[in-house]
Amino acid sequence: MVGAVAAVITAATTAHASWVDVGTFAVAAAIVLAGAIGVVVARNPVHSALMLVMTLFGIAVLFVLQRASFLAAVQVIVYAGAIVVLFLFVIMFLGVDRTEDIAAEPLRGQRPLAIGLIALGTTGLLLLGQVSHWTTGAPHVSGLDTGQPNVNLLGRSVYTTYLFPFEATAALLIIAVVGAVVLARRPPVTANPVDEEEDADEPAGDPDTDAILAAGPAPADGSATPEAAPDSGSPEPVTAEPVTAEPVTAQAGGTANAGDPPFPAVTTNGAESVAVPGSGGQEARP
Amino acid sequence: MTINPDWYLALSVVLFAIGALGVLVRRNVLVMFMCVELMLNAANLTFVTFARTLNDIGGQVLVFFVLVVAAAEVVVGLGIVVAIFRRRANATADDLHVMKG
Repeated sequence: MVGAVAAVITAATTAHASWVDVGTFAVAAAIVLAGAIGVVVARNPVHSALMLVMTLFGIAVLFVLQRASFLAAVQVIVYAGAIVVLFLFVIMFLGVDRTEDIAAEPLRGQRPLAIGLIALGTTGLLLLGQVSHWTTGAPHVSGLDTGQPNVNLLGRSVYTTYLFPFEATAALLIIAVVGAVVLARRPPVTANPVDEEEDADEPAGDPDTDAILAAGPAPADGSATPEAAPDSGSPEPVTAEPVTAEPVTAQAGGTANAGDPPFPAVTTNGAESVAVPGSGGQEARP
Repeated sequence: MTINPDWYLALSVVLFAIGALGVLVRRNVLVMFMCVELMLNAANLTFVTFARTLNDIGGQVLVFFVLVVAAAEVVVGLGIVVAIFRRRANATADDLHVMKG
C-alpha cells in the first residue's frame, strides 16, 4: 500500500518535486472536488454557496502552488469575498433558503442522460490526456521564471500587451453595473400597463374619480355613470354619450307612449331623460 | 520543484465536469449560477497551469479577465433573478417558461 502510494506520488511528480508540494496538491485537490460535489448535491442554496467558498479556497491554494500569488489573493478577495457574498445576499433577500427536493425529476430520463454524457466526455478527455500530450507548444523565454514578483509581471503585461482588453473590461463593468441597476429597480407605477396586479392595485381609484368628474353634467343618477365610465375608458365618450343618446331615448319614449296623452308623457320623459343616458350607454356598450 | 501539470489539468477536467453536471441536473437558478462559477474556475485553473507550463504570463492575465467577466455575469444574472422573483416566487428554472412559443 505504501509502495503504491509512493509509486503514485513519484508518477505524479516531476524530477524535483518535493513531498510538500505533492501533499499540498493532494489536500487542495480533495478540498476542491469535495466542495464542487457539495455545490451540486446540497439541497439548501446556502450550503451550496458555502461549499463554493470551499472550492474557491482550494483553487486559490492551487494558484499559490503554481506561482500565481496575485491571482490567489484576487481569487479569495473577489470570488469568496464579493461574488459569493452577492450570492448569499440574493439568497437571503429572496428568501429561497429552503431545501429543495432533489429527488424530483421533472424531465424523464434527463438526469441519467446528463450523467452519462458528462461521464463520457470526462473519460474521453482524461484518456486523451493520457495517450497524447496536453501541450505541444514551446515554452516562453521570458515569462514567469525571470525572478520578478508576480504582480510586476502581471501589471506590466496588463498595461502593455493587453491594454485594449483591459479597457474593454472597464466598459464591460460599467455596462454590468448599469444593467444590474436597471434590472433590479422596481418598475415605475404607470410604465407597465401589462401587469395586471399593479394595474389592479394602484390606479383603481383614478378612473372612477375621472369618470365622476367628467360626468359632472349628469349627476342625478350616481349609480349609472360610474358603471358606464370604466368601459368607455376615457372620459370623453361619457360626456359625448348623453348628447347622442338623448334624442334616441326621446324617440323611444315618444313611440312607446303614443297612445297616452302627450303632455304627461313628455314630462315624464323629460324627467327620465336625466337618468336615461346611463342606460343608453349600457345599450351602446355591446 | 513542481508537480506534473497533467494532474492539474485532470483536476480541472473533473471540476469542469462536475460544474456542467450541476448546470444540467439542478433546477434552482442560483445553484445553476454557482455551477457556472465552478466551470469558470476549472478554466482558470487550466489557464494558470498552462501559464506555468509554457512560462508565459498571458495565461494569468486571461484569468484576470475571466474573473472580471465572471463578476459582471453574476451581477447581471442575479439582477435577472431578482427581477423574475418579483413576478413569481419560485426558484426553479422549470417555471420560467413565459417565452415558450
